[in-house]
Amino acid sequence: MEYFVQQLINGITLGSIYGLIAIGYTMVYGIIGMINFAHGDIFMVGAFLALIAFLVLVAFGITAVPLALLIVLLVSMALTALYGWTVERIAYRPLRHSFRLAPLISAIGMSIVLQNYVQIAQGARVKPLPPLVQGGYTLLEGNNFAVRLSNIQIIVVLTTILLMAGFSYLVARTRLGRNMRACEQDLKMAALVGIDVDRTISLTFVIGAALAAVAGLMFLLYYGVVDFFIGFLAGVKAFTAAVLGGIGSLPGAMIGGILIGLIETMWSAYFSIEYKDVAAFAILIIVLIFLPTGILGRPEVEKV
Amino acid sequence: MSDPSPATPGLKPAVEWADPLAALKEAAIAAAVAFGLFGLLIGFRTEQGPNGALVIATRFDTLAEFVAATFVGRLSFALTRHRFTVPANVFVPTAVRKTAAALSPYLAVALLLFALAVPVLFYNDRYLLDLAILIVTYIMLGFGLNIVVGLAGLLDLGYVAFYAVGAYSYALIAQDFGLSFWVCLPLAGILAASAGLLLGFPVLRLRGDYLAIVTLGFGEIIRLVLLNWQSLTGGPNGISGIPRPSFFGLPFNTSANGFAATFGLHYSPTHRVVFSYYLILGLALLTNWITLRLRRLPIGRAWEALREDEIACRALGINTTTTKLTAFAMGAMFGGFAGAFFATRQGFISPESFTFSESALVLAIVVLGGMGSQLGVALAATAMLGGFELFREFDQYRMLVFGAAMVAIVIYRPRGLVATRTPSVSMRERKDIPADLVRDARTESPA
Repeated sequence: MEYFVQQLINGITLGSIYGLIAIGYTMVYGIIGMINFAHGDIFMVGAFLALIAFLVLVAFGITAVPLALLIVLLVSMALTALYGWTVERIAYRPLRHSFRLAPLISAIGMSIVLQNYVQIAQGARVKPLPPLVQGGYTLLEGNNFAVRLSNIQIIVVLTTILLMAGFSYLVARTRLGRNMRACEQDLKMAALVGIDVDRTISLTFVIGAALAAVAGLMFLLYYGVVDFFIGFLAGVKAFTAAVLGGIGSLPGAMIGGILIGLIETMWSAYFSIEYKDVAAFAILIIVLIFLPTGILGRPEVEKV
Repeated sequence: MSDPSPATPGLKPAVEWADPLAALKEAAIAAAVAFGLFGLLIGFRTEQGPNGALVIATRFDTLAEFVAATFVGRLSFALTRHRFTVPANVFVPTAVRKTAAALSPYLAVALLLFALAVPVLFYNDRYLLDLAILIVTYIMLGFGLNIVVGLAGLLDLGYVAFYAVGAYSYALIAQDFGLSFWVCLPLAGILAASAGLLLGFPVLRLRGDYLAIVTLGFGEIIRLVLLNWQSLTGGPNGISGIPRPSFFGLPFNTSANGFAATFGLHYSPTHRVVFSYYLILGLALLTNWITLRLRRLPIGRAWEALREDEIACRALGINTTTTKLTAFAMGAMFGGFAGAFFATRQGFISPESFTFSESALVLAIVVLGGMGSQLGVALAATAMLGGFELFREFDQYRMLVFGAAMVAIVIYRPRGLVATRTPSVSMRERKDIPADLVRDARTESPA
């Protein structure tokens, strides 16, 4: 029982990170109907930017952890957003009216570019970071097992909830959110009623990348290591989360993320840790077969 | 960096020189963006310190070079942009294009003759022979994937899975049952085709990009299973000592009943390399021939119809399920053949040879070649792998350039190198048509 509760906590923490990445997939798919294959690598870039920003701060002598974390968060969000914007500008915007598979192929190319760029610039080795946030609470004391809720887990989950709340407000109440929803329904019509479609799409990428940067920082804090290849697996899992929750739906992305996190943690805890990634991919396939619209998605209507 | 739209003819007089102030401003913005992008990732380098913790080293000179290059590049682009308003395809003079068009029917024949002559021409150059074998292996994979992507229009990101199934099938069957290459080859093909069917069944209902992600997942599942199923596949250590191919029962060695002794030749290790080359060339040509024949059969026409418009296909009574399944199975079978060849050629296989980047490479070959064009695939495979070899000393930049090339090709030449389509059915004369004129209803983006 204690073991189960512990896995539940771990799973929700991991799922929050996946959920934050999944939002980037789901928003972009909702608006321009493409799988932004490079989004996982944007997350990886975000994690690296956070790592370097932190080391630079330490070099400047700013070692108060809360202040440093706040600065790192803002810097990596801003710079990763710039990456998201640039990728969209260079690799996707020229293909807006190309054939359907073109943006996906371009995105695969961009993903390869980002991975190898970071590998060349920062080296292929795993980058460790000593734990910055320590301590936690013991929730349950079992016979020989204590359930721990660490401070970092609290930070991850709280940040995710805050960001989700802010983001839902943005989509539901602000002008930008209204433009985004209009673009999601019909790009041409949105342009006709005076919405700057290109700008809205750009901002969607910017927001998605900023959220991925937060996920990257959380990943860095939670696991303490990053390397240039983390984006691939995390990206596929987050995409699975977006599909599971219903692509195009924001709460769906979060629910899907948490479910994927739970399944992965439980699978590693009770079955075999070697096959945990197989489990994630298998879920993706099973969901697409039996529940192609996901939990909260709307069925897609094909028109001639 | 947002482009001010080029001067509209009729409204404004044509600008001789771009406004230098505006160009400067544009270049400054671009440089600022470059500074933001590269500032942390290029300007600083994380390194392992003496006590294991990360320390930071600065590289501001490289950063300055990057930013300066962006500034100069953008400035020269902004100053000369109005001169580039000619249509994109006029870079090549008409005379050259006409000559190329006139020669193109003979290009395939010339290439084939050259391919047949490679072992004769370069008999003493082992390095070139190995490279040629590698290129033809990728041409074969490209042909196989071309059936799925180019003809049937199904984007498969996990093609390497079938390559892996073929390679492991061959290795395991040949080692455990001692069967010869020629018995194992069809078995490997059949097993790979079964894997294709296995994947095909569940994913039939999925639309384009969902299908792509599921095939990606399938490819990764196969790789992870190969990596973790230690008792069967040897896990990360792979399988070594795979039987080498024999010349219809005559092994390539110094023994009395070996190939060299039987034909009264001096033994040379090159014999096996040359035989391997002709083996894979034969397999690739077989794939090509079968594909070209299939395109004329009802099933091939159904594939192409499916690529153009799935809904219209269904309305015409084409069974989309079996059509997609056969495309998957055929493509997978040829991938399996190539895998079996790879295993027997290398003598050693491990899951590391079957990563996602292999799938991406084969897909890039098909896309760069012009989806659906067999000649294009052959040219693209040669260009890409030859390019990799030429820049071998810049090994670490290879994948970076590869990815960037993929993006650039999709943007500037979305229809690939051979951007024409030869209709499968025609009245009197078979004529190539530019692919831009073919409007694919299904592949058109929704916007």
